[in-house]
Amino acid sequence: MAKYWWKILTTIILAYVIVVGILIKIPYLPKLKESIRNLFYHVPMWYVMLFCFLMSVIYSILYLRKNHLKYDVISNEFVVVGLWFGALGMVTGMEWAYIQWGAPWSNDPKQVGAALTLLIYLAYTILRSSLPDADKRGRLAAVYNIFSFALLIPLVYIIPSHLASLHPGSDNKPFEALKTQDHMLRYVSLPAMLGWIMLGLWIFDIRLRLKKIELPEIFTHE
Amino acid sequence: MNRILAFTFSFMLLGISQIVFAQNAANENENASVLHQNGQIYLVVLVLLTIFAGIIFYLIRLEKKLNKLEKKEN
Repeated sequence: MAKYWWKILTTIILAYVIVVGILIKIPYLPKLKESIRNLFYHVPMWYVMLFCFLMSVIYSILYLRKNHLKYDVISNEFVVVGLWFGALGMVTGMEWAYIQWGAPWSNDPKQVGAALTLLIYLAYTILRSSLPDADKRGRLAAVYNIFSFALLIPLVYIIPSHLASLHPGSDNKPFEALKTQDHMLRYVSLPAMLGWIMLGLWIFDIRLRLKKIELPEIFTHE
Repeated sequence: MNRILAFTFSFMLLGISQIVFAQNAANENENASVLHQNGQIYLVVLVLLTIFAGIIFYLIRLEKKLNKLEKKEN
């Protein structure tokens, strides 16, 4: 039971986010209106993706330093989980844009940046799965992953904030959106961020344990 | 074990639907039940919670299956 406590906590936090996020009184926002509540559901998808890609690049660097294949496997699992959440962020963003901007896709800098990010990481999974030799695969994937991460931050944050983007929060510097948020919204948006990231970790945990059974030779030799 | 879980879960859902419909019958004219309030936003909350419960339930089942596999491995 001891190792399940954070999964129970995840469930409780996300249940709170779903109930309070829908029922909380929001400030009057002439443009966003009720869709500001996407802050609790759409935006965290990207935070989960960023978190997963960050963890992935850390394990890639670890792999290059220690040359142990288990770090390569962990790194790849983080990318796959991050891609799923990124795809969810993309779809929910397009649903929102269809109503707010009139079209699901309008080549907004934020949209293009996010799409490029997803494509770069999709290319990572294809590159990794196309190499049969484990050591070569590990090294190439790790180096590619570091380059992808170096592109990720400019594509998602820096470039959209310098171009004319319609996306809410784009005119601000990164994380500025959190500071300017209405006091009340913070009681939901911060737990939402945490809760969704923990859900991502839960799914990662399941995937990694599967890999441990699939590839016992990598994980048993410490 | 899984069968017992599935049974309890479906009975729980049955119970919830009973409660929902009982309120429906009782408050048909008063429009006072929480789920029948004006904007019916509570209904959406119920739907979201149901979907969320389903996802968590699925994750827990995956955990159970994995635990079994892990025990077999060791």
